[in-house]
Formats: sequence, C-alpha cells, structure tokens
Amino acid sequence: MSDATALDYGFFSFASKDEVLEKSKEYWNPGKTSFWSEAGVPLVIDRREEYFIYDVSGKRLIDVHLNGGTYNLGHRNPEMVQAITVAMQHFDMGNHHFPSLARTALAEALIKSAPANLTKVIYGSGGGEAIDIAIKTARHTTQKRKILSIIKAYHGHTGLAVGTGDDRFSKLFLSDQPEDFPHVPFNDLEAMDEALKGRDIAAVIMETIPATYGFPLPNPGYLEAVKTLCEKYDALYIADEVQTGLMRTGEMWGITKHGIEPDILVTGKGISGGMYPIAAVLVSERCAGWLTEDGFGHISTFGGAELGCIAALKALEVCGRPETRSMVHYISDFIGKGLQQIQATYPDWFIGIRQNGVVMGLEFAHPQGAKFVMKRLYENGVWAIFSTLDPRVLQYKPGILVKPELAEELLDRTEVGIAKALADVRALDRKSR
Amino acid sequence: MVETMFEMPLEPAGVPRGRAMLERADWAARAFASYDSATVQRIVEAAAAAGAARAHEFAEWAVRETGYGVAEHKLIKNLACSTGIAERYRASDYIDVVIDSDSKIVSVPRPAGVVLALTPSTNPVATVYFKILLALLTRNAVVISPHPYAKQVCAEAARTMAAAAVAAGAPDGCIQVVDEPSIPLINALMTDTRTDVILATGGSPMVRAAYRSGNPAIGVGPGNVPVLVDSSADITAAAQRIVESKAFDNSILCTNESVLIVEESAAAALITALTRAGAHVLTDDERDKVRDLVFPEGHFDPQWVGKDATVIASAAGVRVNPRTKILVAPFDLVVPEEPLAHEKLCPVLGLVRVPTAARGIDAAAAVLRIAGQGHSAAIHSTNPQTIMAFSAAVRVLRVAVNVGNSLGSSGLETNLAPSMTIGTGFFGRSAVGENLEPKHLINWTRVAYNSDASVRMADMSGINPWRVPQGAVPAYPRASNEDQTITAHTPVSVRADGPPDELRDEIRRLIIEELNAIVRG
Repeated sequence: MSDATALDYGFFSFASKDEVLEKSKEYWNPGKTSFWSEAGVPLVIDRREEYFIYDVSGKRLIDVHLNGGTYNLGHRNPEMVQAITVAMQHFDMGNHHFPSLARTALAEALIKSAPANLTKVIYGSGGGEAIDIAIKTARHTTQKRKILSIIKAYHGHTGLAVGTGDDRFSKLFLSDQPEDFPHVPFNDLEAMDEALKGRDIAAVIMETIPATYGFPLPNPGYLEAVKTLCEKYDALYIADEVQTGLMRTGEMWGITKHGIEPDILVTGKGISGGMYPIAAVLVSERCAGWLTEDGFGHISTFGGAELGCIAALKALEVCGRPETRSMVHYISDFIGKGLQQIQATYPDWFIGIRQNGVVMGLEFAHPQGAKFVMKRLYENGVWAIFSTLDPRVLQYKPGILVKPELAEELLDRTEVGIAKALADVRALDRKSR
Repeated sequence: MVETMFEMPLEPAGVPRGRAMLERADWAARAFASYDSATVQRIVEAAAAAGAARAHEFAEWAVRETGYGVAEHKLIKNLACSTGIAERYRASDYIDVVIDSDSKIVSVPRPAGVVLALTPSTNPVATVYFKILLALLTRNAVVISPHPYAKQVCAEAARTMAAAAVAAGAPDGCIQVVDEPSIPLINALMTDTRTDVILATGGSPMVRAAYRSGNPAIGVGPGNVPVLVDSSADITAAAQRIVESKAFDNSILCTNESVLIVEESAAAALITALTRAGAHVLTDDERDKVRDLVFPEGHFDPQWVGKDATVIASAAGVRVNPRTKILVAPFDLVVPEEPLAHEKLCPVLGLVRVPTAARGIDAAAAVLRIAGQGHSAAIHSTNPQTIMAFSAAVRVLRVAVNVGNSLGSSGLETNLAPSMTIGTGFFGRSAVGENLEPKHLINWTRVAYNSDASVRMADMSGINPWRVPQGAVPAYPRASNEDQTITAHTPVSVRADGPPDELRDEIRRLIIEELNAIVRG
C-alpha cells in the first residue's frame, strides 16, 4: 500500500476506513454497521493471525469471541492453511450426490471421536443447516413434530432452527412456530417433565452450555436428568455441541463430561478450522434410518464440500491431540484463577464467573454491563462480545491453543477493561441521580 | 516432507505434534518453576524408583532393539542414572533461595524452562533417565527426542518416569517423548523459540545442528580416547581395568578406550597381562584382517557397532578363545590415514608402543588431533610428573587416572559428576566443559543490594517464594458451579505423595537383586 490511508488489497480497494463503513451501510447492512460504531467497536478486520485480529487502522485485538469457537484454533492456523492449500491442488467442493473420499474419511474420524452410540454422519454447510437436519432426523425417527428447547435458546437462523430460539430472531420474519416449538425455562426439571409427559415431543434440543444466553451453567445433574426424561417419554436428545465441542470444555465433546450419549450431536463453527464452512450431524443407528430409506432425503450442494471435509479433518486432529487437551486444562486453570483474582478486586461489579474449560461467561452487576466491558476491552485490545440474550454477561472464550504469554497479557488487559467499565457505570449512575 | 500425490508437500505429521509438545511443555515448565523443594524431591524419588524398577527390562530391550551393547552393562547404567542420580543429588538444592548477608546478594534459582533432550542409541535408556532426572531436579520440563534406532525403548522409558512423576504431583506434560523421531522433526524442535535449551548427546552433525539452531545448546563432541600406560604403572591392574573398560557395553560409548599407548619398557608385561585379562592381541596378519573387516576401504562399517569381540574375530577369520572380551590391534603410528587410530565403537582397541612416556603424550595428542578433543583420556601411572605432563598437554577436559575410562570419565567410578553427557568444552566446540549435571539447567536471579554500608539489607530469611502445589497441575476443568470441595471427582491417578511404601520396598528389593546378580556375574 503506497498511500498510508488507502486500503488496496488487489481484489478491491477503498480510499479509507470511512469509505468502507459508508459503502457497508449503502450496499451491505446499515443496521449492523451502525450498531458497532455506536457501541464503541468500530471494527473492520484486516490482518488476522494466531489469536489476533487487526482493525484496518492497525489496532491489534486479542480475540476471545472467536465467532463462537470458529477460531478455536486461531486465525489462519498454519496447519489449517497448509492442509487446505495442499488439498486445493486436487479437490474442489466435490459432487454432493456421490460417495466421496474426503466425506468418508471425515465421517469415520468424527464417529471415532464421539460417544460410542453415534454411528453415522450427515453434513451441512453451516450450523443452522445442521440443526435443521437434526430436527428433521428426529421427526423422521419418532414420527412426531414437536421440538422442545429452552427459553432463550439459540440454535441458528435457518427455517427450523430459528423456531427453537428466542422470538427476537423469528417474529421479525413472521417465522415463529410456537405450536411446533415449545420452550421451557432452563434448569427447570419440573417444567421439562411437564412438557415431555404428553409424549408428543420428538426431541429436546440443548446446547450443553447455552452460549448466546451468556453461558448459564446447567445445574449439576440437570442435563443428565433431562436425558433420563427423554428416555422416559420417548423423546430424542439432541446435543448442540457447536460451542462446547472440539475440546473447549477440556474434552472433545462437552456432553461426555455429563456421561450422556446423545441421540444426535451437532457440530459446526470450530470444525471448519475457521477456514472453510462446514457442519456435521452425528446420529445414532436408530436415528440413521432415513439415510437407508431415502438417502436423498436431505440434499445440500455445499454440505460436506470436500475441501471443507479436509479442513474439518485437520481441525479435528489438532483438537484431539493429547497435547491440546493438556493445554486446554492449563489455559482453563490459569485464566480461571486469573479471573477469580480480578473478581476479588471488583466483587460488587464483576459478580460471577461461569466457566467450564475455556467456555466462560463473565457476569456484571448492570443490566447492560457486558456492553460497557466490551467497549472498554476493545479500547484495551481485547475483543469479547456481550451475550445477545443476556447483556449482563460477557462471552469470554479464549482459544484452545493460547500460549502462556498471551494468557498473561489477556488477563492484564481484561483487568484494566473491567475497571474502566466500572468507572463508566458509576459515572452514569451519578448523572442519572 | 511427505511424498503425496500433491506437488506441494505436506509437513510430516510428527512435526506439528512436536511443536504442540513444546507448547504443552511450556505450560508445564511455568507451573513447575514455582514448585517447592519437598514436592520436587518426592517427584524425583518417584521417577527414579519407577525407572529403576524397569532398568533390567529396558537394558535387555535396548540391546534387542538397537542390536548392540551388553544388557548387563546397560543395567548398571540404567540404575546409575535412575536411583543413582537421585541418591547422588539428594543433598543438593537447586530450588531454595540462597542468602549471602556478607555480599548482600540473594540468589534465586530459575529453571531454564523447556529442555529439548536429544538422546543417543548407544546409551539409550540411561541417557533418557539421566536427562529426565536432571530436568526434574531443577524444575524443568523436558521433551525427549530419542535416536530412531532406540525409539521404542526410550519412549517407554520416558513414559514410565513421566507417569510416576505426575502421580507424585509433577505438572502434566513435564516429561514428554517423541515417538517417531525424524530429521525434519528434530530440526523443527531445535529451532523452535519455545525450546529454552537443547541437550544434544549424539553424533557430531546433530550436535552442530543444535548449536546452529539459534537456541541455547549444550552439545557434546565425539570421543576418541587415548590411554597411556607408563613404566611406573601397576601393569596387572592397568590391564584388567583397560580390558573391562574397553569391553564395557561392547565399546559403544564415547568414553571407551580407543588407542592404548604403552611405554616400550612395559609393553611385553602389559601384553601378557592384557591376554590374561581376556584380550586377544592380534598378530600383524590378524590385525590386517580385522582392520579390513571393520574399516573396509578405510571407513568404519556400522554393522560392527557394539558387536561381541568373538563375533568380529570370527567374521574376520581370526580364531580366538571363546571367552575373548576385546581384540587388541597393534599398529605403528598415530596418523589420520590409520583407521585403527579413529574411534571404533566396537571392542577393538588400537595398540601403539612408544619409547618414552613423553613420546606417549605426543601419541595421545595425535589421537586427539584425529577426533575427540575436549573429551576424555586415561592414564595408568604412579608418576605424578607424567600424570601432570599428560593432563596439561593432551586437549581433553577430563583425565581418568588408574581407572577404566568408561566408568571413570563418566563419574561412575571416580568422583566426577556421574553423567551420560560429557561436556567437551571449548576444545570440543561445546558450551560446557564439565560432565553435565543439574546445575547446568538453571540460572540464578541475583538480588544485589547497594554495597554502601549505610544501606541496610532486609532480612529475607524464612521467605519462600515457592509453593506447594494443591492437587493436580493443572486442575481438571470442572464446571464452576460444581462443588469444588468435593474431591471424589479428582482423577484417581493423581496423588499428592510418592509411591506407597510397599511399592518403594518392592523397588528397593528388585534393585538389590539386580545388583547382586551383576556382582555374581
């Protein structure tokens, strides 16, 4: 780039960051573009590597949003880049109708990584499609329509997935389907029992820890009891492991820490290695019936694209290394203890740490608390996002390959950001009085 | 790079795994660096005991896997490098802070961090044990990259110690081992910035590569050991020691004698004594046959590494007593074109006669001009003038006197630091001139007060910066809303104390039995 302010990438160029933002509003998404500028996060990502993203201004941010774990292995992880680059000499997306090399290899690897009852894999191009596949599979298997999820659930935005979630994303598009998608409060077993005992529920769908809700942790024994209720009332258990899978809780799949063998397990985001979109649904033999009955039952041109399969194979391999597992335990221990120390300094403001491995939600004593913290962290070089469905809680999701020095730096920056956000909130309080 | 159908090659699978090991080791090292001395002591004892308990099995396994050496000799080394090392350094302290009120300096030991330990095929298990224990004694994490010829036994040996260390409270991943060593992997490990120090024991190309890596390295050069016997020596004792030492582990060590130099006036008696001690002194004709066999076209044939003397003799067409331990090959002049003046790695010992002890020192210097500078030499003499002249002239950093060099220079039969890694110092293009010992794996932070008498030094006695680890390191990632006080979920393999008494007694009994077996022959 000859002109210091020009953004010339060869493929396209802009005169300035302001021009990007203007055109982003004009041609792309005015609502989102404005939202972030107003929220104090005027980010247009340029360079990205390891756990760093850089604004086009050059500002460096440590990424603990990771797009919900998409960048679990970091940005442009060299192993991912190499795998895909090499694979592109031979493979493209492939033809979705035929048996394929990469799809078969990945399916075998996924099944070997998963609870023993899961036997077959169905691919989607993203998490939402994968959730739709899971729901369709459950309906086919049980010959029932209703899918039970928790209030404030979030499983994606596609036709069926959006029904499982909060109204916020379905009513806008007149796509709420309350009769087929009942909701019950999280951590409420009585409500769950009540909803299931009519025996008309095809499946309960649960994120092992509900991410967009701010990672409220399931009460000890809750998920296990839900699974038992499912068995009692002939409903299937769909484990949405999009954010809790791939070693983020210190085991390959978070649900296994509960000793649960789900009937269906959904993975997405991180399985792409952050490089090539792909998602997958792992199903038990009982649920796999339609794959024999009508193998063309669900068709997806991009689902299980072969380059994506190679990306996923590599991502799965990296996540599954004994070294990686050990490091996640170290990272979780170190950052968890560091956050506890910060909490001890600001106990009335930083009121809770929800943590399982490197899945973390930080709770603040203000209805919009996490938005204040997000802004101050951004200024201080950390990118973490508030929880859309509970803005008191900051989603704080370090990668599974974070190095010790970066963990230390992250905690230093976090402490300062939290302190400054507290000052902001106090100043506001004084004003409003 | 791996050959595939692609034009662009893929990195061998082991390389990224190797990097991951260093990263894990980095986490482990950081945790380990704040451990207290009592916990470390327990970890060292547990790892050493676990190593000793399988010393015999691994000695035999090493001979089977590499195809050379002598199991009973390897057992001695495996024990020396497990419980032997633990014993030797039990009273040493590489952890506690040292306060010197007179100099107003406080010294705080700081571990290197991640030690990359390259281990040879010749001393496979002993070196693995040795480097692991040195790392544990100094609170370092270690990644072992064994020689490919001995990779299976070394991996199992390392895992044996690792399991015991972690069970005794060591941080997870503080001992790791590469299963499939390869050149690209070793290069990747050596040049990685997460490697804090390389301990390179092995061939010269590997040692030089370690020094080129850009990382701190302690590498050792090759040996080519001259041994001088002068007329003042106890000839019978010298002959016995030399034969035993040359025969030790079938001469695959860098410390085994290479060329025996004898003062002419003692030569006849020494040859008789050597023969009595189990050597076969070759005739000129036999010598040529052995030389042609072992050094075809002047270059050493690796198939004879560590083979029995009788096997070599038979292959060369030389008839020897079936109890022959070494072959002694007389030649005239120590010059580079004489193959027998080079390192031999098999129980063939060169023999040169010299008119005077002074000429013997010259011959020893000539042996080292060929190879082995900075390493070791031996002398059998009662004349202090000769011993001093020899030691000051010959370019080595240890001279074993009236003792076999194999166990003498490695500190097993002298009071040098017992070591499987012989620092060759500046003569041998190495950073360390001593036998490798724990102190080489730490630095000290010096807390230095204003020397002016008016500035008082605070009393730091009783302040311990180190901590007793609580439970497993790292803690298993349980959900934060689980009751953290419940300990029933703690993985069963994690124990805060060492092996139970019964196990310790059992290990002790096994070691004693094995030692007795060696003594009985």
